[in-house]
Amino acid sequence: MKVKELAQSLGAQLLTSGGDAEVTGVYACDLLSRVMSGCEEGNAWITVQTHLNVLAVAELDEASCIIVPEGITVEAGTAEKAEEQGIAILSSEMTTYELCWKIHQLLA
Amino acid sequence: MKLDYRIDGNNFDMAGEASSSVKKTLAQLGVSPPVIKRVAISMYEAEINAFIHGGGGSAHVDIDSSRIEIIIEDAGTGIPDLDLAMQEGWSTANEQVRKMGFGAGMGLPNIKKNADVLEIETAPGQGTKVKIIIDIK
Repeated sequence: MKVKELAQSLGAQLLTSGGDAEVTGVYACDLLSRVMSGCEEGNAWITVQTHLNVLAVAELDEASCIIVPEGITVEAGTAEKAEEQGIAILSSEMTTYELCWKIHQLLA
Repeated sequence: MKLDYRIDGNNFDMAGEASSSVKKTLAQLGVSPPVIKRVAISMYEAEINAFIHGGGGSAHVDIDSSRIEIIIEDAGTGIPDLDLAMQEGWSTANEQVRKMGFGAGMGLPNIKKNADVLEIETAPGQGTKVKIIIDIK
């Protein structure tokens, strides 16, 4: 499933263009060191962190996208730089738990 | 191939850029993805440490056909107790940095797990030099 298809299925807003990367799984964590070692290539990464540094982590881990839960506002600078770097960011009203559960169902 | 980077201690937004650049270079050189992942984790952690604890510094990367050597230096306050700093979960990061998801006390342990060689030279008030070697197998 591609990121843009995932966004549609979740009713999430895709804040960037693109979204053609393939989603292979889901990873949820806000501690960046743990994400660095635990998030695998193609994972949709769910985090409440919205500052610019999350982009380096997503890029290094080759996450398929970042999903920001609970309608948390994504900093404008982060969305702009994500667009430049070709990293997709999704905004969802769901909680992290709901997102994990739903994505697990969608990918099963 | 030698690559040099400055880690700007005043620009948190750029933290991680040197690691991203090295990762792209290694991919272009055809280095295998598992090795690239180990380099990315190790260098990112050292780069962030230099930013958070060292006020910035420099990164020097030397790539040849058998290994990747990364040296990250800062002129910060140094590590008072290296044994403690190597323990997972131990951190001196401030509250602001922790709120951003850093300072989980996993930086040095993450490097140790992923590097073939990790050497740290540090002393209170004399900065920190982290040397990481990752073999290309």
